[in-house]
Amino acid sequence: MKKEGKIQVWQDYQKEIADDHYFYVRSCIRQNFFPGSEQTFLKILRKELDKDIYENPHHTSCSGIGYHSDIVPFDTIQTIVARQFALMTEAGYQNIAVSCITSFGIYNEIIETWKEYPAELEKIRGYLKKATGREFEVPENVAHASDIVYKFKEDIAARGKFKLINHKTGKPLKVVEHIGCHYSKMFPCKGVGGAEFPFVLAGMIEAWGGEVIDYPERRHCCGFGFRQYLIMSNRGYSVSNSRKKFESMEPYKPDFIVSNCPGCPMFLDRWQYVIEEMEGKTFGPDGQGIPVLTYEEMAGLVLGYNPWDMGMQMHQTNVEPLLDKMGIQYDPELKYANKHGKQIGHPTMVRCEINT
Amino acid sequence: MSQKMEIYQELAKDIRLAEGLKSCMNCGVCTAICPAAEFYDYDPRIIAGIIQSKDEKRIEELLKSDVIWYCGECMSCKTRCPRGNCVGLIIMALRSLSQELGYFAESEKGRQQLAIKRVVGENIVYRGYCVLPENLVPEMHPEQGPVGEWIFGNKEEVYERVGANYNGEGEGALRKIPQESLDEIYRIFELTGGFERFDKIEYFSKEKAKSMGFTDDNEEYPDYVSHIFTTNNGKHNRQ
Repeated sequence: MKKEGKIQVWQDYQKEIADDHYFYVRSCIRQNFFPGSEQTFLKILRKELDKDIYENPHHTSCSGIGYHSDIVPFDTIQTIVARQFALMTEAGYQNIAVSCITSFGIYNEIIETWKEYPAELEKIRGYLKKATGREFEVPENVAHASDIVYKFKEDIAARGKFKLINHKTGKPLKVVEHIGCHYSKMFPCKGVGGAEFPFVLAGMIEAWGGEVIDYPERRHCCGFGFRQYLIMSNRGYSVSNSRKKFESMEPYKPDFIVSNCPGCPMFLDRWQYVIEEMEGKTFGPDGQGIPVLTYEEMAGLVLGYNPWDMGMQMHQTNVEPLLDKMGIQYDPELKYANKHGKQIGHPTMVRCEINT
Repeated sequence: MSQKMEIYQELAKDIRLAEGLKSCMNCGVCTAICPAAEFYDYDPRIIAGIIQSKDEKRIEELLKSDVIWYCGECMSCKTRCPRGNCVGLIIMALRSLSQELGYFAESEKGRQQLAIKRVVGENIVYRGYCVLPENLVPEMHPEQGPVGEWIFGNKEEVYERVGANYNGEGEGALRKIPQESLDEIYRIFELTGGFERFDKIEYFSKEKAKSMGFTDDNEEYPDYVSHIFTTNNGKHNRQ
């Protein structure tokens, strides 16, 4: 399809994203693997954009990984989500900002269920009241955290210290964007650009000077598959799906991958290491991997944040080739240091990690 | 009312079935887009067809089979189905009923539910998270690589360095969830059938473990859990 046609289609799927005053709910996976990304998101909103975003320490997991691995019943997750909404309501907020794609999909699924089956809503209100004494309002606006970054992408560009441009050649960096299935495959109208042409990451990339790669398996799942990764003997499913994407994107020579979902960047990062260990195959130039970023990390680099403050040392596939292309200065000696600058050991190097 | 009718009627009580299966014309678009169908010997088109036929015998076979455990619940089928069906939702209803009836323990893939309950389920109830840094034991997660091993071995310092609040009071990533909040999650599980499902997974798993010769004196059946976590008979994939 021609670009003009795509723009027309995604314009039909513009979603309303609240302007300010967000109740923030964290992601289990992002907290484990990319906790610096959540801190970066909060820093951008509070320090750069002067927005009000509130986190209540009493909120919990939405239990979504349990729900999608089928050990948590629908009534149970609905009531846990209702409890999150109750915390939001009690704090005086109407807009919820969700750090996790799985949670975002679940919140949308539950809210839509309540619209279609009002008796379910009343049942869950009863469960929550009896279990916790709490009452809740359904959020007026449900945004994935990336929606909010997308909304303020031009403000971030205006404050940016770096662009997604190779500082030596002046050419845009070529970027693979990975949306994450539960962002809009279930409810296309809930995502910027819908399911066919999701624009949430593409919009950021273009606003910050990069070039989006359109490759055949762009919308294919990363392969998490919940139980397909959680159980060791099922993980062939997971790595096979990521591999299919790597093979499809490789000819386009991406400078990096950016992901919307908390889990996808971990898989796209770690499976590159596994494939190299199993087959000696790497997908970047000169035997290196393709750096995999969260969108918060991408925004943070544009804003000139220290990559080690953002937790980019927690990646298995080295990010230094990207930092070098963007002209970002970093101290390699501090990559594996603790808060006080003291070394805390060093991971064993593998080829995928070698910095040029 | 016959046993056959009861099984379908039980399935139909799950509103996800009504949402997932409106009217299937068996076009196979779901199978074409399905990541699981590419990897496993799995065909979502057939799942939709069986449920739509209301053939009780075939539904019972499904509930006892590996097949319903192949789906990754990515929901790519939902986007593509020209009639708005979603086999992923049908699968969720089937898996719920399979656990309710104890049929999950009859297949290698179904038996894995115990390991998921023991880790993810208990994390949710007793810690307030689905996943925790302590779960990422390098022997169980070799895919996490040298960096994962480094993080696991230096959890406190690494998480502190990147601004997390690992096991700390107050807000922040990986904070300790206050006990009064965990008590509320516990009561939600009690009231909404969460513990009932956990108990069924445990009960039917232990019965199966015994029948398979895992006669461990330890009530937790660690050898059985290790077996279901690592066993793959090699017959699941598309050839």
